Amino acid sequence: MTPLDCVEGKGLACVRGGRTVFRDVGFRLARGEALVVEGPNGSGKTSLLRLVAGLLPAASGTLWVSGGDIVIEEREERGKLIGWLGHHDAVKPQLTAAELLRFFARLQGTRAQSVTAALERVGLSCAADLPCQYLSAGQKKRLALARLKLCGRPLWLLDEPLAALDADGKSLLLTMMREHLATGGLALVATHDPIDLEAARLQLA
Amino acid sequence: MSAFAALLARDIRLAARAGGSAMLALGFFAAVVTLLPLGIGSEARLLASIAAGVLWIAAVLANLLTLDRLFQADYEDGSLDLFALSPLSLEGIAGAKIMAHWLTTGLPLTILSPLLAVLLHLPAAAYPALLVSLLTGTPAISAIGAVATALTVTVRRGGLLLPLIVLPLLTPVVIFGAGTVLASIDGLQNGGIWFLAAFAGVTLPLSPFVAAAALRLNLSE
Repeated sequence: MTPLDCVEGKGLACVRGGRTVFRDVGFRLARGEALVVEGPNGSGKTSLLRLVAGLLPAASGTLWVSGGDIVIEEREERGKLIGWLGHHDAVKPQLTAAELLRFFARLQGTRAQSVTAALERVGLSCAADLPCQYLSAGQKKRLALARLKLCGRPLWLLDEPLAALDADGKSLLLTMMREHLATGGLALVATHDPIDLEAARLQLA
Repeated sequence: MSAFAALLARDIRLAARAGGSAMLALGFFAAVVTLLPLGIGSEARLLASIAAGVLWIAAVLANLLTLDRLFQADYEDGSLDLFALSPLSLEGIAGAKIMAHWLTTGLPLTILSPLLAVLLHLPAAAYPALLVSLLTGTPAISAIGAVATALTVTVRRGGLLLPLIVLPLLTPVVIFGAGTVLASIDGLQNGGIWFLAAFAGVTLPLSPFVAAAALRLNLSE
C-alpha cells in the first residue's frame, strides 16, 4: 500500500446543475483516522466523496493529499490512491464473482492470487464461480467490499457502505474498516445510518 | 500494459457471453442482408449491383447497434468510476474498449461478409475488395462511434441520439467502402481503399483522446 499521511480539504464548495450543494467545507484526515460524513438526503455527501476522489471538480477551495514529502494536488493522480465503494456496485451480471475480482486486480495492478482469499473473507467463496446476476444485492455489496480490500488503496471512500448488508455483513464491514485504519489507512464514510465507529464526524447541512 | 490487456480481455469476454454484443451484431447483419432479396426480388443482376451498398450499410447499422452500450453499461453500474480511479488513463480505457469493440463486431462482420455476399450474387472478382474494404473501414466505425457514445454517455436513451451524430460522420466510409467494391466488379481500382485507409489512419489514433476528453467532461457533471 502506498503510504499516505494526510488528506486535507479547505473551503470546499460544490455546484451541481447550477445549484450550490455545499460550501466552505473543510476537514483533515491523518493516518489511521476515519471521518464519518453525515447529513440528510441531498446535502452533498456523495458529491463530497466524488470531489475527494477527483471525479468531480471543486467549485472552489483546495484539497490535497500528502505522503512523505510528496504533495499531490492533481485530480487524476489523487485517484490512484483511492479505494472506492460507490452507491453502484460495478458488478457485471455476465461475469462470475471470481472473474470480476481477477479483472479488477489486473486493472489495478495487484496480485490476482489473493482473489480466493478475498472472496473467502467476505463469505462468498461458495459463489466464486456463479455469474453475478444470481447474487443478491447484499452479496454484490460483499463482492464490492472484497474488491475494495483486494485493490489495497490507502484512502477508502465509502458511500453508504451499510446499505443492503445484513447484520453479519455490517459487522464484517466494520471489522475490515478497523483493520484498514490499524494498518495506517484512511477512510471517509458517507452514511445516514448510525455507524459504530470511533471517528470524527462531519455534518453537512 | 497489463491493465490495458485486462480491460480488453474483459470486454471481449462480455461480448462473447450470452446476451453479449458480438452475436447481436452478427445476427442483425445477417438478418438485414438475408431479408433484402425477400423484399426486392431475387433477380441476380439487380442484387449484384446493390450488393456492395447493402453489405456496407448493414455493417454500419450492425455496428451502431452495439456501440450504443460501449461506455453506457459501465457508466450506469459504476464501473466507469473505478476505471477513472485506476492506473490506466481514460485514454487507455477508451483505446482498449475501441479495440475490443472492433474485435467483437467489425472483425466478425468482415469474416461473415463473403458468405452473405453469395446470397446477393456479388461477382467473384469483388470478394477481395469487399474483405479489404471492410477490414480497413470497420475500425474507423468503432473509433468514430466510440467518440459519439462517450459524448452521450450520461444521456438517458442516448442510443437514439447516436445515429444522428455518427451517421453523417460515417458517410465517407460508406461512399468509399461501397465504391471500392463496386469498382472492383468491373476490374477497376478507384483508389477508394486508400481514402478508407487514410480515414482509419487519422480517426483511430485520435479517437481515444477525444473519447477520453468527452468522458472526463461527462464524469465531472
